[in-house]
Amino acid sequence: MTAIDCCADGAQCASGSCSILQCAQNCSAQIQSHFISPFGYHFMQNAFLAGTLVAIMAGVLGYFMVLRSQSFAGHSLANVGFAGATGASLFGAPPILGLFAAGVAAACGIHYLGLGTRQTRQNDIAVGAIFTAAIALGFLFIRLAPKEFTVNIYDVLFGNVLGISDANVLITAISAAVLLSLLVVSARPLLFASVDPDVAAARGVPVRALGLGFLILLALTVAVAVQVVGVLLIFSLLVTPAATARYLTPHPALAVGMAVLLAILFTWCGLAVGFYTPYPVGFFITSFAFGTYLLVRGAKLLMARSQRTRLANSVLA
Amino acid sequence: MKPVNSAAGGATGNGETGPVVQVAGAAVRLGGRTIWEHVDLEVWPGEFIAILGPNGSGKSTLIKAILGLLPLQAGSISVLGQPARRGHPEIGYVPQRRHFEADVRVRGRDVVRLGLDGVRWGLPLPFVQRGRARSFEKQVQDVIESVGAAAYADRPIGELSGGEQQRLLIAQALVTHPRLLALDEPLDSLDIQNQQAVAGLIRGIARDTGAAVLLVAHDVNPILSALDRVVYMAGGRVAVGTPEEVVTSETLSKLYGSPVEVLHASDGSVVVVGHPGEEEVFHHDRH
Repeated sequence: MTAIDCCADGAQCASGSCSILQCAQNCSAQIQSHFISPFGYHFMQNAFLAGTLVAIMAGVLGYFMVLRSQSFAGHSLANVGFAGATGASLFGAPPILGLFAAGVAAACGIHYLGLGTRQTRQNDIAVGAIFTAAIALGFLFIRLAPKEFTVNIYDVLFGNVLGISDANVLITAISAAVLLSLLVVSARPLLFASVDPDVAAARGVPVRALGLGFLILLALTVAVAVQVVGVLLIFSLLVTPAATARYLTPHPALAVGMAVLLAILFTWCGLAVGFYTPYPVGFFITSFAFGTYLLVRGAKLLMARSQRTRLANSVLA
Repeated sequence: MKPVNSAAGGATGNGETGPVVQVAGAAVRLGGRTIWEHVDLEVWPGEFIAILGPNGSGKSTLIKAILGLLPLQAGSISVLGQPARRGHPEIGYVPQRRHFEADVRVRGRDVVRLGLDGVRWGLPLPFVQRGRARSFEKQVQDVIESVGAAAYADRPIGELSGGEQQRLLIAQALVTHPRLLALDEPLDSLDIQNQQAVAGLIRGIARDTGAAVLLVAHDVNPILSALDRVVYMAGGRVAVGTPEEVVTSETLSKLYGSPVEVLHASDGSVVVVGHPGEEEVFHHDRH
């Protein structure tokens, strides 16, 4: 049903004597009689709220993560977070707390061992071994946890965006506020340190401290994003929107904005489709993200090829 | 580019008339090894000085010590009358590097802009500080034009050629109108035409702005005609003077502690042969 149909149904709308607002009310009344609005449910309100906040955090931080070639570090934090989330259940602590604590520990480890970027093969093997051990530990924790505290393993691995509590929405909002205010303060030195660390250090930017601070913020983002997309699908919000945005514009501020918009778009579309179908939201968010990434990369490749052809033709002609 | 007088006109006090850099009896030890010692050097405004020597002789170390990035074992270094320290606003620095990775999708213009305000915390208020934002944009545009990079400044820097990246990095170092330009092998990754073009550009900048230039070079020939003095480092020691004084068989043999011969080709270029360890310091035909 389209807006034009709605309006055509009302006599006043058809005669053009009513306001847009009246027509819109007319429309929404008719739509509601056909569809169930997702916003009518409290759990959907929480899902949209937390999902949007997580998308904003992941979009902004994802841009810097991709720029710093630290996707690998983000992946590590999520995997170690799995052990943290299930480990927290041993003591009845909220999984989000365990995720954050494990993430911060992993961030410090990555920073001080210098494993963040440009890993050698030796490092790859060492880090791979640590990941596997962390996941195995998480698996054990699930069995060890007392019955009343058991976490659902699927929720940690794939997220459970439809089951976010009011308390967790509040935690997410506070995390987003902390993250965004810290980034507003440090955006320019962080960009400098990410693009050009040698010059930034010579100019007095605390490059190493910023590197550690960034990893800790990444741990915070991972901890709250796991609620929405889980440990395994976290890249759909953390990497894919930022990677896509980078192909759309080389302008840093615009790219950050686009990464945020894309992450929000994927989350909303995923939630909307997930609401009307019996299939999981995480699947749709990830698929929309991946599909957009493929489209943009494909379009860029085609453009580059046609440009080359045109250049070749102009040279021949 | 600003003329000499106005470039120096803003600053007052120490270093106004004195040397830009003063190195006195300096020594650096790294990992238990003395890289160099008893180094004395004064750099004066507008001078173009090359730092030469074989690999591992501590050329980059000297630049880093002047930038305040390394502690001294002995002696002192002062920049414009103050002890060398990290983040000195009057030094423009281009570090030794190969190139930006192809996947760095940030505009060249933004990389230059970071030289101007990348050290500042916080973000500018979009409407309140519009005047300053505009003056920053103009400064960035001016410096990009002065290095001849306007045609490609809006493309991602990772997609540019080595020479184009080098020009933008020099623009980044210049954008604050520094009084010392420290360039670590800026010509090394360039082909011979670009070497000459970038060397000429740097020479012009030094002349127009009155900035002193310290340039680490692997090959002296592209810059030989532009040089005021050379700092030749070898065997933990240095020789300082004009190219005619320093790049001679006698001085270099003393420095290396073994016989070294300096050959002069008919086109004016020089080749150093016979010194231990390094054979290609002055190969003018390596491209």
